[in-house]
Amino acid sequence: MRGARFHEELKQQSMAQIFHRSANTISRVTIFGAIFIVGFILWVIGGIIRSPFFTNQGVEREQPVPFSHQHHVAGLGIDCRYCHTSVETSSFAGIPPTQTCMNCHAQIWTNAAMLEPVRASFATNKPIVWSRVHRLPDFVHFYHSIHVSKGIGCATCHGRIDKMALTYQAAPLTMQWCIECHRNPELYVRPKDQVFNMSYVATDQATLGPKLVKEYGIQKLTACSTCHY
Amino acid sequence: MSDKTLDFKQFRERVGDLRGREYWRSLEELSRSDAFDEFFQEEFPRQAVALNNGVDRRNFIKLMGASVAAAGLAACRQPEQSIIPYVRQPENLVPGKPMFFASAFTLGGIATGVLVESHEFRPTKIEGNPDHPSSLGASDAYMQASILNLYDPDRSQVVRRLGDTSTWSEFIAALQPVLTAAKTNGAGLRLLTQTITSPTLGAQIQQVLAMYPGMKWHQWEAVNRDNAREGAKMAFGNYANVIYDFTKANVVVALGANFLDEGPGHLRYARDFASRRRVRKATTAINRLYAIESSYTSTGTLADHRLRIKPSQMESIARAIAAGNGSEHADFIAAAARDLKANAGKSIVIAGDDQPAVVHAIAHAINSQLGNIGSTVLITDSIEVAPVNQLESLRELTTDMHNGAVKALIILGCNPMFDAPADFRFHEAMTKVPFRAHLGMYYDETAMLSHWHVPEVHSLETWSDARAHDGTISIIQPLIAPLYNGRSPHEVMGALIGGLDQSPYDTVRAYWFSKGGNEDTWKKWLHDGVMANSALPTRTASAAAPPATVEPGNLATGIELEIKHDPTIYDGRFANNAWLQELPKPQTKIVWDNVLLLSPKTADRLNVRPDDGDVNEKRTWIVKVAYRGVEIELPVWVVPGHADDVATVFFGYGRTHQGKIANNLGFNVYPFRFSDAMHGGAGVEIKKSDKPIYPIACTQEHQSIDPKIVRERGVIMAGTIGEYVKNPGFIHEDRGEKAAAEEENATMNPPYSYDPPAYRWAMSIDTSVCTGCNGCVIACVSENNIAMVGKEEVHREREMHWLRIDRYYKGDVDNPEVYHQPVPCMQCEQAPCEPVCPVGATSHSGDGLNDMTYNRCVGTRYCSNNCPYKVRRFNFFHYADYDTPSLKPMRNPHVSVRTRGVMEKCTYCVQRITAAKVTSERENRRIKDGEVTTACAQACPTEAIVFGDLNDPNSNVSQLKLEPTDYTLLPELNTRPRTTYLATIKNPNPEIRS
Amino acid sequence: MSDIDQQSPVHEVRPTTQADKIPARFIPQPVLEPGHTFASVTDHISSIVLRRKMPIGWMIGFGISCVLLMVLGATITKLIFVGVGIWGINHPVGWGFDILNFVWWIGIGHAGTLISAILLLLRQEWRTSINRFAEAMTLFAVASAGLYPALHTGRPWYDYWLFPYPNTMGIWPQFRSPLMWDVFAVSTYATVSLLFWYVGLVPDLATLRDRSRSKVGRFIYGMGSLGWRGSAKHWHRYEHAYLLLAGLSTPLVLSVHTIVSFDFAVSQIPGWHSTFFPPYFVAGAVYAGFAMVLTLAIPARKMFKLEGFITMKHLENMGKVMLATGMIVFYSYITEVFYAYYSGNPFERYMMMDRIFGPYWKMYWMLILCNGLAPQLMWIKKCRSSAGWLLFTAMFANVGMWLERFVIIPESLHRDFLPSSWGMYHGTVWDWSMYIGSIGLFFFLLFLFLRFLPMISIFEMRTMLPEAQAHSEEGGH
Repeated sequence: MRGARFHEELKQQSMAQIFHRSANTISRVTIFGAIFIVGFILWVIGGIIRSPFFTNQGVEREQPVPFSHQHHVAGLGIDCRYCHTSVETSSFAGIPPTQTCMNCHAQIWTNAAMLEPVRASFATNKPIVWSRVHRLPDFVHFYHSIHVSKGIGCATCHGRIDKMALTYQAAPLTMQWCIECHRNPELYVRPKDQVFNMSYVATDQATLGPKLVKEYGIQKLTACSTCHY
Repeated sequence: MSDKTLDFKQFRERVGDLRGREYWRSLEELSRSDAFDEFFQEEFPRQAVALNNGVDRRNFIKLMGASVAAAGLAACRQPEQSIIPYVRQPENLVPGKPMFFASAFTLGGIATGVLVESHEFRPTKIEGNPDHPSSLGASDAYMQASILNLYDPDRSQVVRRLGDTSTWSEFIAALQPVLTAAKTNGAGLRLLTQTITSPTLGAQIQQVLAMYPGMKWHQWEAVNRDNAREGAKMAFGNYANVIYDFTKANVVVALGANFLDEGPGHLRYARDFASRRRVRKATTAINRLYAIESSYTSTGTLADHRLRIKPSQMESIARAIAAGNGSEHADFIAAAARDLKANAGKSIVIAGDDQPAVVHAIAHAINSQLGNIGSTVLITDSIEVAPVNQLESLRELTTDMHNGAVKALIILGCNPMFDAPADFRFHEAMTKVPFRAHLGMYYDETAMLSHWHVPEVHSLETWSDARAHDGTISIIQPLIAPLYNGRSPHEVMGALIGGLDQSPYDTVRAYWFSKGGNEDTWKKWLHDGVMANSALPTRTASAAAPPATVEPGNLATGIELEIKHDPTIYDGRFANNAWLQELPKPQTKIVWDNVLLLSPKTADRLNVRPDDGDVNEKRTWIVKVAYRGVEIELPVWVVPGHADDVATVFFGYGRTHQGKIANNLGFNVYPFRFSDAMHGGAGVEIKKSDKPIYPIACTQEHQSIDPKIVRERGVIMAGTIGEYVKNPGFIHEDRGEKAAAEEENATMNPPYSYDPPAYRWAMSIDTSVCTGCNGCVIACVSENNIAMVGKEEVHREREMHWLRIDRYYKGDVDNPEVYHQPVPCMQCEQAPCEPVCPVGATSHSGDGLNDMTYNRCVGTRYCSNNCPYKVRRFNFFHYADYDTPSLKPMRNPHVSVRTRGVMEKCTYCVQRITAAKVTSERENRRIKDGEVTTACAQACPTEAIVFGDLNDPNSNVSQLKLEPTDYTLLPELNTRPRTTYLATIKNPNPEIRS
Repeated sequence: MSDIDQQSPVHEVRPTTQADKIPARFIPQPVLEPGHTFASVTDHISSIVLRRKMPIGWMIGFGISCVLLMVLGATITKLIFVGVGIWGINHPVGWGFDILNFVWWIGIGHAGTLISAILLLLRQEWRTSINRFAEAMTLFAVASAGLYPALHTGRPWYDYWLFPYPNTMGIWPQFRSPLMWDVFAVSTYATVSLLFWYVGLVPDLATLRDRSRSKVGRFIYGMGSLGWRGSAKHWHRYEHAYLLLAGLSTPLVLSVHTIVSFDFAVSQIPGWHSTFFPPYFVAGAVYAGFAMVLTLAIPARKMFKLEGFITMKHLENMGKVMLATGMIVFYSYITEVFYAYYSGNPFERYMMMDRIFGPYWKMYWMLILCNGLAPQLMWIKKCRSSAGWLLFTAMFANVGMWLERFVIIPESLHRDFLPSSWGMYHGTVWDWSMYIGSIGLFFFLLFLFLRFLPMISIFEMRTMLPEAQAHSEEGGH
């Protein structure tokens, strides 16, 4: 054995170096660094897919009419259900027809330039094309009515609409986000009479939550078919 | 390829995501534009395209999808979308909530009440109308599938003059000279319609006939009831309408009558018959059915005794039954006759529409003798406006056409070029008519040869009215504005009358108001879908046996040809309907084709029986069929239970001009139909042809169903009422359930708890009353947006139906008993599919359903491998049609349209369950029994399928599960299915030893 | 120091004088032809890589495998654009060639680690000349195998869902599923085999570095050899690492195929649902692996004139292993039949009858011929010690193992519980092209390996030399 190695070593001493000493360090760094580099890349990707770039969270959209919830809700105190009529009865909360706008704007701001598209729509009978703010994937089936009637406030998912000059999506709307509440509804449920109250803040959710969950018969629906079918 | 996508873009820009009526308005506008028309000229609709050919456009899209996804994250970004609300929202509309409208569906002129589900004014699903006497809530395959006809992109879309695009007004203009000429002498002016029961249209036609002296009105349908009419005339002296009440009948003898699956009121008859057929703890007195037929029908499969005969023997058999004794099949006939006598007044002898008039007459005579008339057999006046012998009516027309006596021919909805009897030489006659106008839903064979073609509206697009099998009147109301500028027969008649501007709505409304209707009644009629007690009054009548036409002695010898309409595409009018094309034919399970049926014996004798090898590979032989100088090559198919020396063919296939799906599919056997023998006759010769092999797409392996295997696996549980009375639990002897029950907790996984607030959804299927009519299958397709895959793919065993009806034989090959077993997902409580999915795409819900999460599925197909019931369906290709715009609004918005590479299966219509849950939860209550049901259960004519909650001990399904005949499929696997079956209990006559 | 010497396999040398007395058959065949020296060994093996231009056989072989690789590329492209529907799978047969070939390749992938690790631990010195080769083969087989599970899914671009990673869906994959276990088993196996193989290469890479003339060669081999200078310290570390990896990969040899067999054993399809699959599959894998080693080694040693290194003794030993494992496999077949008969379970019974007399009966009987009867040849010394016969038997085994998987996977599915949903299965042209393509990939990699790396461990061969023994004897203990 040792003899064999002896021969080897002789051979090597007789040869010129191919690599500079620094090669040692470089190789060590690259080999062990690789782990961290890969890890870092994954971490970045993870960050990106959770960022507004993908979730559209907090992105304000260009709208044909710069409709301000802040003004109408906080300012004028119009109830959500005045426009979103079917929120308590249907899966779809309902986008107000031009008619609804004109109910008031036939009297007030009748010639505000800002409202021109509304009047045009009403006159020409061509609908206003809003750009969608909250979008769930097609394979997700969501019922507004049941959430509202089980004591989930508008603001819980839509954020402080009453503070939004231009409407944006407050929540990430990722499945993780949905299922968080479906797993622990007691953290988010509120009294039914507070559902449409934007500024509601629970004083003692820890005791109130479980109580309401019991009272409203809220189930922890985490089966896939709750939303996917 | 590119310009097509361009069209698509344009379309999207123009339509956007509009909701409700506006959508249709704009679609109408669009449909007038060229871009739109081109759009609909797209090649083969995806519904049925055979996808294994090369990389087509969809695959390019897939490519983009795949590469993008492969590239990774970019795929997660959501495209910007827009929301388009109404300008003025319709009163009663709640966005996101379906509405139901009552209307009626007509086939052969006879109405069946429907409730149409409408999402934002798009009709998406057809259900039976519980208030309608012919439906009672049930629906059949034709009704369900007609929704697809509505959206069929191949429908005729423009008025055509000599094939070129034209307009309605131009047609009216062209019509004027003809009419003015006819005003003086209308003898040359002819109207050809289908069977008409619509009072309004009838009145219009009468008005027209009055306006043009000498004008003649002819009626023709390939599937008509001439024999029934003539039979009634023989028996009662006039074209009476005969209806049956099976609720009162203890004994039924069907003379070639498939009354459970065909003909006017078959849904009602099936329901009534089934109501006397169910064996329960309480009721063991069930009815008895004798079926005498040549080829197996749904009715035959339910029969307690079935006699296979040649069609020509029917009359002598009928007479023998009347007489009470017969030379051949003596014991059968004697027993049947005795049974009838014993149940005089509580029995029915019913003859099929295909049977000669004399057989009908004999049947009426027997009923009259037994005093059934008035109790189980009811006679009313004809429900038709003007009942005629349609064959003679058409004969008269064609003769006049040949003689050049016909100057102008107006055809409403008929397609005589395709379905007129061969010996009428209709093509030749047609060319002799100087003015030919055609109203039809398709630019079909007849339209091709007409000077003018006007697209016809679908019954969901227009106002009209029609009578049910018992005469009850329904107002047909539109669910949607005409998609393709269709015109209704009312408008054409209006044009003849001259009232151009009268819409069908005004016409129908005016007519009924003139008949004493008013706003309130009108509203009520529309709401109910029926006019209360508008059924025709029954009258008493008696009939004597008619003189013999054929001496029982000298029957035709040799092989007889039996010609029937196709069980799924009818007379060919549904040939462009992919749902019906891919619907397995009730007995043969063949799809997308028509074949020649032979009994095993006959096939062997003629030595045209395909090798087992071929059959395993789902191929068969092509044979030459020669009959009265016509020779047609047909694939041969051997069916157990088929009468010897009878060759059965089905007409309806071989369309040349209907649509991309229908054209050149199958074999046209109309040339075999001669006016003197419309339903076939003797003297057919069958030889093997030189091009021997033909692929058959068949959803069930043909020969492999060895009764022994079926028995030892306990797949089908059946017995007689005698056995049941002796020991109600007799089917459970030597079965694995007890063992399974003992091993209640023989599982390593913690047992699930289904206690309230959870539900235990379950299904019970009563095989005793399943006729295998396929109503449930199509209902499922319609409810769950199930994709059709085309013949190629079915042949590769890739059909997508979530619910299949298995067919099993029992007994000897020559005359076996047939059992139908609908198999949806069993929703096992210990489901083998669940633990094997690596991504958890199929999982157990709190209610014990096996959820299938399409969007999570990566498509390993492990679940399907591990499913002992093989109810899972995999999207091997991109079967769903994402592109054809007219098919998008048809889909159920509450069910995801599945993409390629994803597993799917029956969900117990979980979308309906969820909707019901939301409603009940909002009201803080449980879902009531019957509040939610599956599409299949809702459609089932015999209520064989029952769905409900096992946590409610009083629910219908809970009760059924307690029945001693309740059994589980493959119980030894301990999967604990929620779907269980009720054994088939037959009621054979002890006097007959089979 | 002594413990290191323990590692080097000890070759007993007898004084030749005794040879007269001792009958020839008792004299163990040398694992190395006599007459080799350190220099000659090194020269011969390294020269294949460094100096001698590739023989014509290599050229042709490489050319063909390149073409097949193209076929694979085409198939995969079509597969991703159009869908798995291009294969013959259907309802009820959800798994066809895809999983079949996966199991086949994984089986083949067993020999390498087995030879290297287990035989090393068992001190089977004859392994040295074939282990490098076998390990390489393992890696490439695993590579080919890996293709299938990755591409058999309906939506391959979502395969990453099978890995447990924190995601925005807030859910984990399903750890109860054998497919999940596969993911871990196979990837672990691949990683460890790779490391094992590479560590074994390091000293030889150094040799090549030192002997290669071209700058590039020296640089690349230099990179690979990680600055190996063969110092005592290096050897010390090396021996430890190598032994450690050997110990690590030994259980893997058994675990991988055990877990692969769970894919079937855990399900409940008659013909799959069987408790003795793990040993049955592992035995089959070893059998298949050795068959493949023979299939490749015999031509290779001819091509590169390595009869001196891969001697008849190696081949014969491998033949023996094949015989042993082949017998186990055959025994399993018989047991299956007995189970079916003895279970009294109608489904099991029908499954077995269907295999033997059903529409696929040819497959079954060919299987018996290939895996049951063919290996019996190995009883005969003449066959065992003839390259031709060995190759012949090995070929049979390769085919046989493929048939075995066909009989198990699609055949069990095509007629399971409900007669109404029975069907037939046939591979389509795309199934075959994918299979042939994966073979192409395998050989492509193998030929590259032959060209650029020493297919026989130089330094280990040197330790086989009498000189080495002599040295080790005078030194140390």
